Amino acid sequence: MMPVLSTVQRRVRTAAAVALMAAIAPSMALAADLSGTLKKVKDDGIVVVGFREASIPFSYYNDAKQPIGYSIDFTNLILDGIRKQVNAPDLKVRWLPITSQNRISLLQNGTIDFECTTTTHNASREQQVDFSNSLFIIGTRLMTKKDSGIKDFADLKGQTVVVGAGTTSEVLLRKLNVDQKMDMRIISAKDHAESSLTLSTGRAKAMMMDDALLAGERAKLSDPKDYVITGKPQSYEAYGCMVRKGDAEMKKLLDDVIAQTETSGKGEAIYKKWFMSPIPPKNLNLDFAMSEAMQHLFAHPNAKIDPEAK
Amino acid sequence: MNYHWNWSVLLQQVATGENSTYLGWIAHGFVITAMLTLVAWLLALALGTFFGVMRTLPGRWPRFVGMSYVSIFRNVPLIVQFFIWYFVVPELLPKAMGDAIKNLDPTVQFFVTSVFALGVYTGSRICEQLRAGIQALARGQVHAALALGFTRAQMYRHIILPQVFRRILPPLTSEFLIISKNSAVASTIGLLELSGQARQLVDYTAQPYESFIMVTLAYVALNFLILQLMSGVRRHFARPGLMGE
Repeated sequence: MMPVLSTVQRRVRTAAAVALMAAIAPSMALAADLSGTLKKVKDDGIVVVGFREASIPFSYYNDAKQPIGYSIDFTNLILDGIRKQVNAPDLKVRWLPITSQNRISLLQNGTIDFECTTTTHNASREQQVDFSNSLFIIGTRLMTKKDSGIKDFADLKGQTVVVGAGTTSEVLLRKLNVDQKMDMRIISAKDHAESSLTLSTGRAKAMMMDDALLAGERAKLSDPKDYVITGKPQSYEAYGCMVRKGDAEMKKLLDDVIAQTETSGKGEAIYKKWFMSPIPPKNLNLDFAMSEAMQHLFAHPNAKIDPEAK
Repeated sequence: MNYHWNWSVLLQQVATGENSTYLGWIAHGFVITAMLTLVAWLLALALGTFFGVMRTLPGRWPRFVGMSYVSIFRNVPLIVQFFIWYFVVPELLPKAMGDAIKNLDPTVQFFVTSVFALGVYTGSRICEQLRAGIQALARGQVHAALALGFTRAQMYRHIILPQVFRRILPPLTSEFLIISKNSAVASTIGLLELSGQARQLVDYTAQPYESFIMVTLAYVALNFLILQLMSGVRRHFARPGLMGE
């Protein structure tokens, strides 16, 4: 049975309904426009960003324990883009430290919303996540003590070499070892800090890694001048940001911000800040000039797996 | 969550050019974990027995030595002990000796370091269990043995330890199971045992769930084997009235 309402009651109800509609309408309209990660970010009022704690100069802590670095500068520009896109100037940001082992799982299960650090864009990872336009291009080379007599990869015969576990360098080095019968002893260290400890304590004669990271590790050593970065690059790799697979809207936002940064000259300024001037923690200049591959990337932003395929 | 399951990746050839499949890596990790567990266990048993007996001897000094051993190695986190054995000890030794260690095959270094770290740590726990077992025996047995003309060594060998080991078999079984899982810490210094292989598998295949499920099953299988072994030991040495039942 319908309850009998007075005219006044009806008016009040209608007014309340209208007021309620008016209050939620804008957010409904916006929510309808957004999907995937951006919708989640808008609904939660917070975006969770992954970062690396010790990848100098891409993503690491400063003295105040805030993440800084080349990739973090890009991350901040992307965060500005997200704020604009979801129309939330006071969007909160939570920084979550990630490792190379958990970064894909944390992205997939929604713990982090994206990460721009030092993740190489490769085919097996592309099965699980989507990559944005590339941020950086590295070559895989060697670092060794100046007096070790090692100039190139051929000199590694019979030597102990340390390499980061799970990196492309590890694959290349182990392949080289099998193919050329070089009889190297390969130590796979779990992170960069352990790799460089293995090298500096004399357990390994050389360390193979992304050249930009080698420059960063050298800056952390107590005697950086005693070490050289040498050898012909065994591969070139592109670092990209990871977003959840199939989230086209989020990927487009990252792609646009990165492309805009790279072509506008802002990218070059960020590069100079981190690779050509003194940086924390020791105020050392990495003195790492921009490679041809990087110049090409900045002129033509892209998300290719193989940076050599121009 | 949109995860892309792919079990067949386990049967693929590894990307590093060696002649193995990813499943082969897990199998290799299993063998290393099993060997490490067994060797470290034997060391732990020897150290635990030695220091456990010392803690029950009448003199002050043996007790002090036993107590120091327990308080150092039982109270320092296992992962820290691994790092000390691996990174610090070679630097403290005379330079020639340290360099000789550092020039050994890395796999040998990892394995030996891990045996030491695990064995010494678990030994401190076994030591305490043994001491508790010895002190739980009726004191009259000690007096009777000495009165009958046993030396102290004979008393421990023939009267005390045979009873104590039978009684502490259940906690010893637990320690054996625990050491097999603690062996995973060895992956932090670079030994490619099961956990190290799990990490490597995730890195190479980007299929974390398949990798960790396989490795979990391998640990379960190893623990099942240890349980079988220990219940075999229990049956073999069973004597009525001595097993604490």
